[in-house]
Amino acid sequence: MSARELIELIGPLFIFIGTIFTFLSAIGLIRLPDVYTRSHAASKSTTLGVLCTLFGAFLFFVITEEFVSIRLLLGIFFVFLTAPIAAHMICRAAYRSNVELAEQSVQDDLKPFLKEEGMKDQV
Amino acid sequence: MFDVMLYIALLFISFAMVGLVYRVIKGPSVPDRVIALDGLGINLVATIAILSIILRTSAFLDIILLIGILAFIGTVAFAKYLEKGEIIE
Repeated sequence: MSARELIELIGPLFIFIGTIFTFLSAIGLIRLPDVYTRSHAASKSTTLGVLCTLFGAFLFFVITEEFVSIRLLLGIFFVFLTAPIAAHMICRAAYRSNVELAEQSVQDDLKPFLKEEGMKDQV
Repeated sequence: MFDVMLYIALLFISFAMVGLVYRVIKGPSVPDRVIALDGLGINLVATIAILSIILRTSAFLDIILLIGILAFIGTVAFAKYLEKGEIIE
């Protein structure tokens, strides 16, 4: 295998690692007990996996076709910016609409605070 | 060599999407389903990136950005609906 082929292999390697991360996040989404832990698995590792995949695609186009794709860079930036915000908003909505925590949960710091403010009744 | 790795990656990502569809169908609460659908959208982005490499074209790269934006807007709108009961006040 020549050096050129080794360099061209970097992009698919990144893609491979990214898809394994995505697969692990799907397993976490199936196995974890409640909404909040599932959202933890889904948001973090899916974001990292997709970022690795998009970066691998970017490297592939740069190395083999010498084409710098601004759209892919923008896509990486946008996914990195918005995926955690979406997870935050959906978790907040879940808590405000009284979705229960898992039985293994030890402590719920937000509940007394919300009761004090009387915000739990508004929803 | 290249294409074999890419096809294996595609296989992994489609297994991940099957897992997410299982969570969409089963999920005991509505936020579970929304999280899984958001994950499906983001996995679709990765699938399109891999497919555009397999087809050796850069014509689909706009779609990546488009699906990312649409998934974000949809999730935020649904979160707002769950929290306040209306999307636009």
